[in-house]
Amino acid sequence: MAEIRLKGVRKTFGKVVAVQDVDLTVHDREFVVLLGPSGCGKTTLLRCIAGLEQVDKGRVFIGEQDVTDLPPRRRQIAMVFQNYAVFPHLTVFENIAFGLRMQRKPDSEIEMRVKAAAELLHIEELLKRYPAQLSGGQRQRVAVARAIAVQPQVLLMDEPLSNLDALLRLEMRAELKRLLREIQSTTLYVTHDQVEALSLGDRIAVMRDGQIIQYDTPLNIYDKPADVFVGGFIGNPPMNFIEGQVRVEDDKVKVLTSGGEIEPTPEDGAILRKLKDNRVLIGIRAENIEALPTSAPDALEATVLVVEPLGSHNLLTMQVGDERIKVTTRADFKVQTGQHLWLRLKADKIRWMDKASGRALYA
Amino acid sequence: MRRLAPPPRLVGRGTMYLMALLIALWILIPIYLITMAAFSPKDVIYSWPKSLMPQSFSLETLLFFLNAYGVLASVRNSVIVALLTLALSLVVGAPAGYALARFIFRGKDVYRLMILSTRAFPIVILSIPLAVAFIRWNLYDTVISVALVHTAMALPTTILVTSSVFIGVSKELEEAAMVLGCNRLQAFTKVALPLALPGLAASAIFTFVLSWNEVFAATILTLYNRTLPAHLFVQLAASPLPFRFAGGFFILVPAIVFMFFVRRYLFNLWGITLK
Repeated sequence: MAEIRLKGVRKTFGKVVAVQDVDLTVHDREFVVLLGPSGCGKTTLLRCIAGLEQVDKGRVFIGEQDVTDLPPRRRQIAMVFQNYAVFPHLTVFENIAFGLRMQRKPDSEIEMRVKAAAELLHIEELLKRYPAQLSGGQRQRVAVARAIAVQPQVLLMDEPLSNLDALLRLEMRAELKRLLREIQSTTLYVTHDQVEALSLGDRIAVMRDGQIIQYDTPLNIYDKPADVFVGGFIGNPPMNFIEGQVRVEDDKVKVLTSGGEIEPTPEDGAILRKLKDNRVLIGIRAENIEALPTSAPDALEATVLVVEPLGSHNLLTMQVGDERIKVTTRADFKVQTGQHLWLRLKADKIRWMDKASGRALYA
Repeated sequence: MRRLAPPPRLVGRGTMYLMALLIALWILIPIYLITMAAFSPKDVIYSWPKSLMPQSFSLETLLFFLNAYGVLASVRNSVIVALLTLALSLVVGAPAGYALARFIFRGKDVYRLMILSTRAFPIVILSIPLAVAFIRWNLYDTVISVALVHTAMALPTTILVTSSVFIGVSKELEEAAMVLGCNRLQAFTKVALPLALPGLAASAIFTFVLSWNEVFAATILTLYNRTLPAHLFVQLAASPLPFRFAGGFFILVPAIVFMFFVRRYLFNLWGITLK
């Protein structure tokens, strides 16, 4: 096991900069998820670490070794591909044994390690079959078994679950988490699915346009997004952003929105005071807005546009002043389209953003 | 205007089978007649009216053909030329096909077009300068010269077929192999090549038959060391009937064997699945 360290890695394809001077450290035995929309460069970055792409600038370290100029086979890595890349002309056993055979391990050891890897993924009974005789989920298991059988320093996974159907994906997700806990491998996992990222990662690196925008624990990424993009990309529904203007009256800081006034916490107020008369965005998650049936002094009046009962809770689309926002309520909260409600934003859950730059107002 | 109702499905299917049958007969009857004649004794071949049923079985005609002057030598030449062509076109064509399938490079489309356009250049126009060049290089009237020309003729198909074969082998598979410890060449030989093998074999057999059947270049470029088709082409007009039938049979057999072995693969290539 080893850590992965990227220093100023850049990769261009013609004039397109796919990865732009990325610094990233994945600690030993850590599970890091690279998350971003398609085309953000996350797969390219992973392939740079694997050695399947040559970096144009910067260095890649695995453990203490600078592997930038090494071919993939010398990097002591294993990779799971999006389309599994299971060898169709080899049996499941030979697929899992492939890396070990390349290392010229003795047959007895190969046998043992293939069996162990197969057991971890519950595919012991499939060892004699060919990939054509397997389902998509089973092939995925073979691909993962093949990767862990070589006991790599670093495990790289490129959207391994994206080709599975929804139910199977849910099942495999939990199983991958268990498995990776068990083998304690340093893992870098690429996905565009924010739920996968939140549920799997020790840390998440959110990428956009070839850059890492935020690198933090799942909870911090969710609660304290670095900018409007991260807040909108992560979480379902996306974070609400309400525009407002900072007012300072009689030493009190308030933010005026088209739906009414919002009073920040004293700490946030201190930051906002410096932005007097500037426009800001109030970032708040749907579950941090309290819907009240009757008027309250610190609440904004709003009209219900859409009610979506989702079983565990209701999702409301509300009109507040000029803005539309999403609010979640308890499933038993009685509400109808067109009804007026009062919304109270939990001040300590608000993420203040600068309107002009879209970045959070925190150092 | 009211359209006519489509004919009942059964009739449509029946017509289709009828047409298939007619086409099959159109191809099979000459093959049948040639084969029958090739295994009949001389007097049956010359007899008139002809019977459609085999009268008597004999190897006399075939033996007469094989023992005729120059035939065995030309068969040997044909085999050598075909094998040389096959080897050369695979050695040159398969890497070109692989490159076309795997890499993006400047002028790729032009390259692909150029490959095809060589087929548009008639061998008739090429053959005289080629003959001159081969005389100059002391290659005239050798199996090598014929094999070289056949390779040139086969290469476009070989390159395009092998490239489509390699496109069918996912790049990810080779990358997976490289991550698991292979170098570029090992990834090719351990993963891409075994998966491409059936396609490469079909392409090779195709090349073999092309060379085996090619008449024109072989006739122009050789004098004494003729291949079988070139030999027959020159001899045929002046030969007795049994010789012609036996010769025809000999030319036919490899093509039929080829179709038998690669039809499954060719069908796959053309997108028709065969159960």
